Amino acid sequence: MSVNTTPRVDFDVIASLVNPGARVLDVGCGDGELLELLQNTKNVDGRGVELSQKGVNESVARGLSVIQGDADSDLKYYPDAGFDYVILSQTLQATRNPKNVLTELLRIGEKAIVSFPNFGHWRMRASLLVNGRMPVTEELPYSWYDTPNIHFCTISDFVDMTKEIGAQVETAVALNAFGQRIGFNMPWGFWNLFGQQAVFLLRR
Amino acid sequence: MTKFSKPSAGIDQKSQEATNPHSPVVDFGVDKPLHLDSGVSLSPFRIAYQSYGELNADKSNAILICHALTGDQHVANVHPVTGKNGWWETLVGPGKPIDTDRFFVLCSNVLGGCLGSTGPASINPETGKPWALDLSIITIADMVRAQAMLIDHFGIKQLFAVVGGSMGGMQVLEWASSHSDRVFAAVAIATGARHSSQNIAFHEVGRQAVMADPEWKEGRYLEEGTVPRKGLSVARMAAHITYLSETALHRKFGRNLQDRQNVTFGFDADFQIESYLRHQGMSFVDRFDPNSYLYMTRAMDYFDLAAEHQGRLADAFAGSRTRFCIVSFTSDWLFPTSESRTVAHALNAAGASVSFVEIETDRGHDAFLLDEPEMFSAINGFIRSAARARGLLQP
Repeated sequence: MSVNTTPRVDFDVIASLVNPGARVLDVGCGDGELLELLQNTKNVDGRGVELSQKGVNESVARGLSVIQGDADSDLKYYPDAGFDYVILSQTLQATRNPKNVLTELLRIGEKAIVSFPNFGHWRMRASLLVNGRMPVTEELPYSWYDTPNIHFCTISDFVDMTKEIGAQVETAVALNAFGQRIGFNMPWGFWNLFGQQAVFLLRR
Repeated sequence: MTKFSKPSAGIDQKSQEATNPHSPVVDFGVDKPLHLDSGVSLSPFRIAYQSYGELNADKSNAILICHALTGDQHVANVHPVTGKNGWWETLVGPGKPIDTDRFFVLCSNVLGGCLGSTGPASINPETGKPWALDLSIITIADMVRAQAMLIDHFGIKQLFAVVGGSMGGMQVLEWASSHSDRVFAAVAIATGARHSSQNIAFHEVGRQAVMADPEWKEGRYLEEGTVPRKGLSVARMAAHITYLSETALHRKFGRNLQDRQNVTFGFDADFQIESYLRHQGMSFVDRFDPNSYLYMTRAMDYFDLAAEHQGRLADAFAGSRTRFCIVSFTSDWLFPTSESRTVAHALNAAGASVSFVEIETDRGHDAFLLDEPEMFSAINGFIRSAARARGLLQP
C-alpha cells in the first residue's frame, strides 16, 4: 500500500525513533524493506500488513511475518496495545478514512509513527499557483485521476488532526527536498513550507 | 531415501500395505492407549511412517509433514503401490525448501488411514477380522494425538515445524492449537479452521456412493472378497472436480472428444474430461481403502476449531508463541482464501506471529501439490527465517 517510488529517506528517521527489541507493526509495509531494516538494526519483533499481494509475497519470502490486509478495514482484528509501535509510512494519504486509521494505530500501539509527504511544501504550492494544475512531482508522480493518494494533507493539517483525536506529538521531524532534517526550533509554518516529508511520533 | 522394488499395482498390494506395510511402524501396546474424542480408548494401535534426513543431537530439527485426505506417508520416496514419485518431492528433499540435508522430516500415515497405521482395514485384535465400521470414528485431533505419541517415541520434545495442506493443514492448526508448546513453526496450506457446509455436502455424496455399492457389503467387503469399486470410484470422481478449477479444467480438456471425431449418441466417455475422471476414479480404487475414505472424510467434516473454544477462533491460539505461515490459492473454491484469512485474523487477534500469502494460480485446490514457484519461495523464506530464530541456521 505504500505508494512512494523514490528512495525512502524517511526510513532512517523512523528507525531512529524505535527502541531496540520493541514489538512493531508496519501498516502498509510494501515489500518489507523497513521491517527488515528494523529487524536487522533494532532487533524488533516485527509484523506487517500490506494491501498488495506482490508486496506480501516478497515480504514473506524475506522471512518477515506479513499478511495481506487493508489499513482501512483490517486493523480492527488487532488487540488493544498489542504493539509498542505501529508504523504508517507514506500510507496515510492513501487511506479512505485517515482519522479512523490514526485512531486505530493508537489503540493497537502504545505509540504510532506516521510519515507522509507534505502537500504544503512550497513546490506544491508554486506548482498549483503557477500552472493551475494538480502538482505532479518526481516524488509524487501520479496524475490526479490515477493517484492512489486520495487524502493529501499538509503538516499543519496533520497537527490539527492529532489534536482532534487527542494524540500527543512526542517527536516531529521534517525533511527537506534533500532528505535533511529541518531545524527543530523552527515554527510549524516554516516546516509546512520547507518540509517535503514529515515523520511524527505520536502517543495516546 | 527409501527405494522399493518395482511394485505390482493392484488390490492385493493395497491390502498388503494396510496390514503389513513397507514403511517402518511403531506399535503402541496396551500400556499406551489412545483416548479418542469419541470416548473410546483405542489400544493397541499402530502408526506407520517414513522419515528423511537425520535427527540432530538435541532433536530440534524435526519437521512433521501432515498428509491430506487421500495422501499418505510416502512424501519423498517411490510409492509402494503405485510406483509413482513421492507426492511432495517438489517441496521436500535435498536442497528443497524443506531441506532433508538440514532437517529430519517425518510423515506418518494418519490414524484411520490405509497405508499401515491402524484404520478400518487393519485387523481388530478382538475378532481377528478387519475393523471395518467397528473402528471408532477418528477426528483430526485424534490423528494429532497419535502423531504426538510418535514424536514422543522419537524423544522429540518440540517439532521445529509442522507442515501440511488441506486435511494436513487442519492437522497443522490442531497441532498449533492443542500442542502449542511443541510447535515452533506451523505452515498451513489451502486449508481452514473448519469444514464448510458445501465441503460436508461433497463428502456426503462420496460416502453415499461408496455405501450404495452392493459390493460394499455393509463395510465387510474384505471378508466377503469383494471391492466396492464403482462406489469409491464415483466418490473420487466427484471429489476430484472440487480439487480443480473451472478455468483449469477447460484449459486442459475443453469440450474435446476422446479418441473420436463425433459424439456417439450414447453414454460412453465421449468427452476427454469423462475419460479423465473415470481413470482418476479407477486408479484411486487400486490404492485406497473404501472404508478409510469414509473415516477420513468424516474426520474433516467434524473439524471445527472455533467450536472447541466457544466459537472464538482466536482463543484456539491464545498465548501462542508459534510462528505461522498461512498459504491460500486464488482459484481454490474448496478452501477459498476467505477461510485462510479468517485464520490469519484470528491469529492476529491472538497476537501470534503470522505470515499469510495468497498465491495467484488457476489450478484450484490441488495447486498445493503442484509446482508453484511463488508458494515455494514463500515457504522457503518462512522456513529459513524460523530456522535462524531457532538457531538451526546461521543468521
